[in-house]
Amino acid sequence: MPELLPYMIEAQALTKKFGDFIAVDQISFAVPAGEIFGFLGANGAGKTTAMRMLCGLSVPSSGQGRVAGFDVYTQSEQIKRSIGYMSQKFSLYEDLTVSENMRFYGGIYGMSLAAIREKMRRVLQQLHLEQARNTLVRSLPLGWKQKLAFSVALFHEPRIVFLDEPTGGVDPVTRREFWEMIYEAAHAGTTVFVTTHYMDEAEYCHRVSIMVDGRIEALDRPAALKARFGAASMEEVFLQLARGAQRNDG
Amino acid sequence: MMAIEAISVRKSYGKGIARTEALKGLDFAVSPGELFGLIGPDGAGKTSLIRILATLLLADSGEASVDGFDVVKQYREIRRRIGYMPGKFSLYQDLTVQENLEFFATIFNTSVQENYGLVRDIYQQIEPFRDRSAGKLSGGMKQKLALSCALIHRPSVLFLDEPTTGVDAVSRKEFWQMLKTLQSQGITILVSTPYMDEASLCDRIALIQEGRFLNLDSPAGTIARFRKTLWAVRSERMYPLQQDLRHCAEVDSSYPFGEYYHVTLSTDMPDPDSLRTFLHGRDHPGLEIREIEPGIEDVFMQLMQQPHA
Repeated sequence: MPELLPYMIEAQALTKKFGDFIAVDQISFAVPAGEIFGFLGANGAGKTTAMRMLCGLSVPSSGQGRVAGFDVYTQSEQIKRSIGYMSQKFSLYEDLTVSENMRFYGGIYGMSLAAIREKMRRVLQQLHLEQARNTLVRSLPLGWKQKLAFSVALFHEPRIVFLDEPTGGVDPVTRREFWEMIYEAAHAGTTVFVTTHYMDEAEYCHRVSIMVDGRIEALDRPAALKARFGAASMEEVFLQLARGAQRNDG
Repeated sequence: MMAIEAISVRKSYGKGIARTEALKGLDFAVSPGELFGLIGPDGAGKTSLIRILATLLLADSGEASVDGFDVVKQYREIRRRIGYMPGKFSLYQDLTVQENLEFFATIFNTSVQENYGLVRDIYQQIEPFRDRSAGKLSGGMKQKLALSCALIHRPSVLFLDEPTTGVDAVSRKEFWQMLKTLQSQGITILVSTPYMDEASLCDRIALIQEGRFLNLDSPAGTIARFRKTLWAVRSERMYPLQQDLRHCAEVDSSYPFGEYYHVTLSTDMPDPDSLRTFLHGRDHPGLEIREIEPGIEDVFMQLMQQPHA
């Protein structure tokens, strides 16, 4: 039984500077277990830098951060073992087969061969991909790839999964099937931290934060944000906040 | 004369069992000065089609022309008069912003001064960084430089392959404003995008999926293709609500759309009384069911699930 934590992700005045440039400026938030937490912001707002700190890939300049109970300064290796990660840009090895990808990810997370075999059987069954186990990932349709990538990110049963624009370019039906997988994972207790440029997807999150110029300018349930900004949709909320950005990306 | 014309264009890749048909016989025409959108997910065939029209890829069969010139026999004429912005950033990373712009002006036998008016609004936003090498620009700035370089010879037809992919909602809105401005200067624009919400800004759109056009019409005409009454449904328990909708025999389709599910019923009734009764019995406080206008994405999803004719 994993220990019970009040929050799976905690950031307190977390900051990252590159020289004089403050990429992430004292962000504070806490994400409870099983929450789908949407992490929005314009290009260049600091999302990727913040996410890298939380994944144990970048040491903060100041502030506090704990992920799955581990400290972002001193326990980055434990953090990496406790999380799953998937992005649209990089997820699976295209020149490995479906089952080779699973064996590879299971292996680098230290799973036993027996555990890998058992998990592989279950995942292939869930995705109806038994027939495709020896197919190169390259030749799978994009929608299948993205669903497989999500399952592989959850393969070692991490307590938190970071999804960086997981649905970019995917057809509208698959995009929705993908969100159902996210809901299932959250329902089973996995904490989901997700970025997206699709504003309708922001509505599917339990809570949403919006970053502007390195700071979190708003954080609440979608319905509460819309009420506060007098907006009909999350897109309007986002546009109102992000239009004020000094540090836009171009 | 049409600005762009394609007749039965086909393209496949690979051989034997690995053969993929990227374009399964596409026909369409774009009028001069039109802003035409190719809307569809990755892998639908958008890039193959654009590359064939931009004379960078040969079709297996079919015919195509740009400004009346044949894409195979008269490719040199076409290359002189089109602008092309590929999906992948393809400028010279080790040249500066200004050097890239001057390079593209020079190879088209013109100068930056001559056509500066056309790119001014876009280029001014990156001019403060004119001495920075293009490889060191942020994503949004690269996009603006690439558009400036594609325009500097004042093309008559502009091809833009997914210019807004991975771009945030604010920058996407700004980019479409730029396209509207360019259109007002008489440039024909063919733009591809996976974002369905951008479709409404085009004069006409082709919905493309697996190498076929699902539909080709104005945005309003496309929406009129949606034959059923569409209901927006929500309650305070959204996850169980989806399960219940799936188990309701009358529900034909149900997809999450923002904070609602968009639902169609198998019997198209003016009032969904029996659905309301069904859900009332299943503990859904705050239940709301109301009729709404479908959007492009609703149409796309309905069409992509119909069997091919």
